[in-house]
Amino acid sequence: MSWVTTFFTSSIGRKLIMSLTGLFLITFLIVHLIGNLQLLYNDGGQAFNVYAKFMTSNPFIKFTSYGLYAGILLHAIQGIILWRKNATSRPQRYAVASKSTSSFTSRNMGWLGMIVLIFILIHMYQFWLKMKLGDVGMATYDGKQVKDLYKLVAATYQNPLFVIFYVLSMAAIGMHLWHGFGSAFQTLGLNHKKYTPFINTLGKVYSVLIPLGFAIIPIYMFFVLNR
Amino acid sequence: MSDMNLKLKVWKQNGPNDKGRFENYKVVANEHMSFLEMLDVLNEQLISEKSDPVSFEHDCREGICGACSMVINGRPHGPNKGTTTCQLHMRFFKDGDTITIEPFRANSFPVIKDLVVDRSAFDRIIQAGGYISVNTGQAQDANAIPIEKDVALDAFSAAACIGCGACVAACPNASAMLFTSAKVAHLGHLPQGKVEHDKRVQKMVAQMDEEGFGMCSNTYACEAECPKEISVKNIASLNRNFIGKVFKTE
Ligand code: HEM
Ligand code: SF4
Ligand code: FES
Repeated sequence: MSWVTTFFTSSIGRKLIMSLTGLFLITFLIVHLIGNLQLLYNDGGQAFNVYAKFMTSNPFIKFTSYGLYAGILLHAIQGIILWRKNATSRPQRYAVASKSTSSFTSRNMGWLGMIVLIFILIHMYQFWLKMKLGDVGMATYDGKQVKDLYKLVAATYQNPLFVIFYVLSMAAIGMHLWHGFGSAFQTLGLNHKKYTPFINTLGKVYSVLIPLGFAIIPIYMFFVLNR
Repeated sequence: MSDMNLKLKVWKQNGPNDKGRFENYKVVANEHMSFLEMLDVLNEQLISEKSDPVSFEHDCREGICGACSMVINGRPHGPNKGTTTCQLHMRFFKDGDTITIEPFRANSFPVIKDLVVDRSAFDRIIQAGGYISVNTGQAQDANAIPIEKDVALDAFSAAACIGCGACVAACPNASAMLFTSAKVAHLGHLPQGKVEHDKRVQKMVAQMDEEGFGMCSNTYACEAECPKEISVKNIASLNRNFIGKVFKTE
């Protein structure tokens, strides 16, 4: 085996992939949220649609988006491999399970990840795929035609079930990152009393604020814009 | 000195291939006994009744050998922090308690009998590189090689690992990262151990994976349960060393 395969099939190599792809997705979520907050403007969707047009046509962003798809795939596949392998490492469970020495989120990264994966698939089908296939109407701003993604989003969030689904999924992402954020740095080998408390606090703040920011969008669009 | 009437639910298993089951016992102990002495009382009782005694492992009974592996009410080495089973006293239990005792459970630690598990996977990890291959000769003068205080402390606290396996037993993934990282760290911090450090890291991690232990999810249950309170900082440093090795040229 070459050193590449040896490294990336080792336990630590696999975890390194989880950590790097996880941190990449964490960075992406910030950019994604900032862009999406434009859905809250009361301008009939102009700002958001122009932004969506830019995001789907700028070559640099297009290039980065392929990295994102690869990152999600790699993280999910590697995550499922890890999760399955870890489950077989203790075939027989304890009759009395100890829950006091580790957090709920750290013990359930696999389940939380699966919820997030299902969310990502539905989310991409609803917006990304429909946008790609041109399954959306057009809007005209200053004589220029752009796809009216805003209308599709607004229509989706009229359905309370989707609002609930999105909010719950954000809770799952928040819980995934409640443990995942700090964990990613430990995996990289970064653990020092000088900065680890800061990273862990930042992780908790991030895993509450970012999912909350996302969750506000469907709630706001359901209660305010639809009225 | 008051007697304690205890109900025990103990795992009995005749060998690696036996399915195993819980047996219920009653035992009268007192608060000055250690947990193992309480089990001794039980076994004397079982032997006099001509029943099969409960097999459990022990050696030093002073918290330094790491033999006394068992999970007490879901906690490896029982409920107390930084304490082995042999150092756990019955005063931490109450009269009338029901105590559930199970073996360490991990694919890589097959049950030999009852509470005794085969931890030779740890020996093979050590054999893969947890040593220094130089002829040591006579003992050095102390301080012949000056070691910075912080470095010495880190090496010493990693060297406190007694190889008991509680970290594996506690880990939801049955990962052996705390043990392996402690063994790598206590040698790697010191000049004699530095020479073979990179190779040692690779070989010991490879053997650890080979043995079928799970991967580390950084739950830190290991650190919480370790009777020697080995820090998960050692795991970070093992990760750093293992990843860093990739970028080093031969
Ligand atoms: C928004 C999307 C996601 C983000 C930002 C994210 C982030 C992270 C981070 C930072 C970690 C910690 C890595 C480490 O411990 O080194 C992690 C772990 C994990 N992720 Fe995700 N993740 C996402 C989606 C997913 C998905 C779709 C799955 C699919 C199954 C998944 C499965 C896992 C698993 C199983 C772990 C635990 C790895 C372990 O045992 O240590 N994640 N994630
Ligand atoms: S790290 Fe702690 S729990 Fe693990 S084997 Fe060493 S002493 Fe036991
Ligand atoms: S019997 Fe040696 S540590 Fe408990």
